[in-house]
Amino acid sequence: MSRITRRQALGVTAGAALGLTAAGRATAAPEPAAGSSAHPTGPAPFEEIFMGRRIKGGPSRGGGHHGGHHGGYSIRIDGGELHVMRNADGTWISVITHYEPVATPLAVARAAVRELQGAPLVPLTSS
Amino acid sequence: MTVRKNQAQLTATEKKRFIDALLELKRSGRYDTFVSTHNDFIMADTDSGDRVGHRSPSFLPWHRRFLLQFEQALQAIDPSVTLPYWDWTVDRTPRASLWAPDFLGGSGRSRDGRVMDGPFAASGGRWAVTVRVDGRDYLRRALGANGRQLPTRAEVDSVLAIETYDMAPWNSASDGFRNHLEGWRGANLHNRVHVWVGGHMAAGASPNDPVFWLHHAFIDKLWADWQARHPRSGYLPAAGTPNVVDLTDTMRPWNDVTPADMLDHTRHYTYDTAA
Repeated sequence: MSRITRRQALGVTAGAALGLTAAGRATAAPEPAAGSSAHPTGPAPFEEIFMGRRIKGGPSRGGGHHGGHHGGYSIRIDGGELHVMRNADGTWISVITHYEPVATPLAVARAAVRELQGAPLVPLTSS
Repeated sequence: MTVRKNQAQLTATEKKRFIDALLELKRSGRYDTFVSTHNDFIMADTDSGDRVGHRSPSFLPWHRRFLLQFEQALQAIDPSVTLPYWDWTVDRTPRASLWAPDFLGGSGRSRDGRVMDGPFAASGGRWAVTVRVDGRDYLRRALGANGRQLPTRAEVDSVLAIETYDMAPWNSASDGFRNHLEGWRGANLHNRVHVWVGGHMAAGASPNDPVFWLHHAFIDKLWADWQARHPRSGYLPAAGTPNVVDLTDTMRPWNDVTPADMLDHTRHYTYDTAA
């Protein structure tokens, strides 16, 4: 099964899926092992209300508490941090939808909101 | 000797003893230590940094050791219990006996994903989710939501046919058997099953759903099946590889076990069918 098919199954809007496919392809080939800070342009910041939740994403300041492995990008849902990670092929996952990569930070934020069904994020814990 | 069985072949008594041991492990608090360990590694394993439990060659030996420790914890409660495996190429619908009220219970209701029947339903009061990523403290599932399908036997066979265990860059972009089985590439096997179950299984804290263990027991069996098909293909990388666990490096969090130690599962258990 291709990533496109899975994205469509996830219910990502057609426009977002198309945009993400292009972004994923663009970053995948030239730097297959890059994960964190090797994307000089980086994905665009966003802020919107999606299904009643305020989602906001943008470059993170100072690498954050996980040392920047989240792709140098941070996402908040109603102010709470969503732990995200960028895969080597440029796709994104979060702690909420960990096993289903999508093409952009906005798509991963929306996927988390759908999965939360109104529930609040709880603070990140890591021992 | 421990024999791991296909969950579809368990007797009613075997199912009950497995469930009872899970509930006791949960009651004692030990179950949640396994959820915490898994979530810690999920969050820390990255494609460009140190990676041990996921998206790296040691995905398979790490989970073999993790399951062994969990199985031993269950056996400390009931020595007759072994980890069953879920062959999702065969038992591939929400109507399978795996999801019946006398075993794992069924899917969650649509409005909040809450599992409503079986031993882990919130109403039973014995399965509060404490290691969690959101505010909900009940077990959640969304079996086959949005028309998703589980991997087929043909897809599994196509991955078992891959000769090389793993290769550079030794992460989620790698070609090779390990990454195709883990599912970041190609037929999308292991990852897709997490997504098909949905709810907790789709999140980093996936062991909150006991089906995690049955899924990973099958992934472990597929590794053994692959070894039997490719006796000359060994674990890779062998030595000197940055950020990943070489054949004789120790794995966190145990620090006393290497991939080489985990290659022969028959020292610890066997499967009910020959590889």
